[in-house]
Amino acid sequence: MTQERKFDDVLKELETIVTKLEAADVPLEEALDYYQKGIALSKWCDERLKSVEEQVVELIDENDQSQPFPLDGED
Amino acid sequence: MTNKILTVSALTRYIKHKFETDPHLKSFWLKGEISNFKHHNRGHMYLTLKDQGAQIQAVMFQGYNRQLTFTPENGMDVIVRGEVNVYEVQGKYQLYIHEMQPDGVGALHLAFEQLKEKLEREGLFDPARKQMLPKYPEHIAVLTARTGAAVKDILSTLKARYPIAKVTVYQTLVQGASAKDNIVKRLKEVNEENTADVIILGRGGGSIEDLWPFNEEDVARAVSQSKIPVISGVGHETDFTITDFVSDYRAPTPTGAAVQAVPELAQIKQSIHEMHLRLQKQIDEQLSSKKEQLARLKASYAFKYPKKLVLEKEQQLDQILDRLTRVTKQTLTTKQVTHNHLAHRLRNVPLRDQVKLRHDQVTNLHHRLDHVMMSQIAKSKQRFYHTIEALDLISPLKTMQRGYSLVYREDTSLVKSAKDVKVGETINIRLAEGTLGAIVHKIDNQTDQD
Repeated sequence: MTQERKFDDVLKELETIVTKLEAADVPLEEALDYYQKGIALSKWCDERLKSVEEQVVELIDENDQSQPFPLDGED
Repeated sequence: MTNKILTVSALTRYIKHKFETDPHLKSFWLKGEISNFKHHNRGHMYLTLKDQGAQIQAVMFQGYNRQLTFTPENGMDVIVRGEVNVYEVQGKYQLYIHEMQPDGVGALHLAFEQLKEKLEREGLFDPARKQMLPKYPEHIAVLTARTGAAVKDILSTLKARYPIAKVTVYQTLVQGASAKDNIVKRLKEVNEENTADVIILGRGGGSIEDLWPFNEEDVARAVSQSKIPVISGVGHETDFTITDFVSDYRAPTPTGAAVQAVPELAQIKQSIHEMHLRLQKQIDEQLSSKKEQLARLKASYAFKYPKKLVLEKEQQLDQILDRLTRVTKQTLTTKQVTHNHLAHRLRNVPLRDQVKLRHDQVTNLHHRLDHVMMSQIAKSKQRFYHTIEALDLISPLKTMQRGYSLVYREDTSLVKSAKDVKVGETINIRLAEGTLGAIVHKIDNQTDQD
């Protein structure tokens, strides 16, 4: 929630750009702008997804103490 | 009404009407002990409900008793919901049962129904109150017991679908007397911390008593007041709790709640990848089409031989000028020919003949005029002689030749009466032959007739 850019918003923007680029009669300069922006956004999304992968689960126990959740014997 | 004699039917219908219009008898909950229970072979159930002081006959039609999860029997304490109405044929009032629960468990159902009704009236179940769930949550708060199937199901589902979200399990009592307060406390904590995007409130299956904390009013209110969207996943698919009704999304199970909380990462990655490909494809196509266009333009005739294009135009210009001259000359010649032709025609017109012709016409007319004039004069002369002759016949001279004469005064006016003259006046007397001068010496005014 504290992210300066919301993943959802970026994904939506990316979708919009792709749709615009696919529309007929986009002048070349504009098309290149869209393309560069779109590639940048898709990279941002990719990195965002990779960087936060495999986070540990936190447990707040009955005494309100924080500890890693013991994920015993799964997978 | 006092003087009127009623029929039994009319009275019964009137009483029935009274029952039907009384709102307190429309739908209510009633507690009592079953006696005289009879399940008729056509499906309806007939029984009496009683307590120490009174009893009421009751019927539960097949359509309602098909829903029963237990078999009623004599001596059983039950809680029923229904209405009172009159059975006209036998002239008795009776209870029409719509729902029946064994007392004990029945009491819980009753409490459930009553709370549900109350909160619904308050608008807590209103779809407009439901908050949107975040599409890509970054932090998920799981409120459930530390051990058991529920927490395992939730965590494994979250991990499988969307391992990138941060998950915090808040150990929560979900059963027993303290559960209610504990759930409320946890909901408040998570809201105060305000780092989670969504809350999963979960619990595995159990009896209605086991699930009861989720039917508590305090819990329901805490859920509905949460600023962070709450997904409830309590019990099995068939279990409904009050919490389910007030939560922002009701999942049938804890697993279902986890599924609802997060999207599938693989799908997102796939869709990002697809969009990337679409971008690439689009820009490639556009670039190659522009390149092609450019190549085509470069190879074009005009671009290669610009001089030839000018020469071609010059040639065209010459041709047009030639045509202009030719056309002008032609027009001029045509006009000249026309003019000559007209002049020639003009010269050849026979003017002299025209003049002679007109002259003859004039002479001719002159002769005709003379002739007409002569004959007119002759005719007039003849008419004149006739007139003279006629005039001669009536002339006064002829009268005078028979002896009459005319008397004139000096001034030549004719004297017609003796009064016209005075004595001594000179008068002239004209006879048929000759005139006499005379002087008047006597005037007699009498006429001869007197």
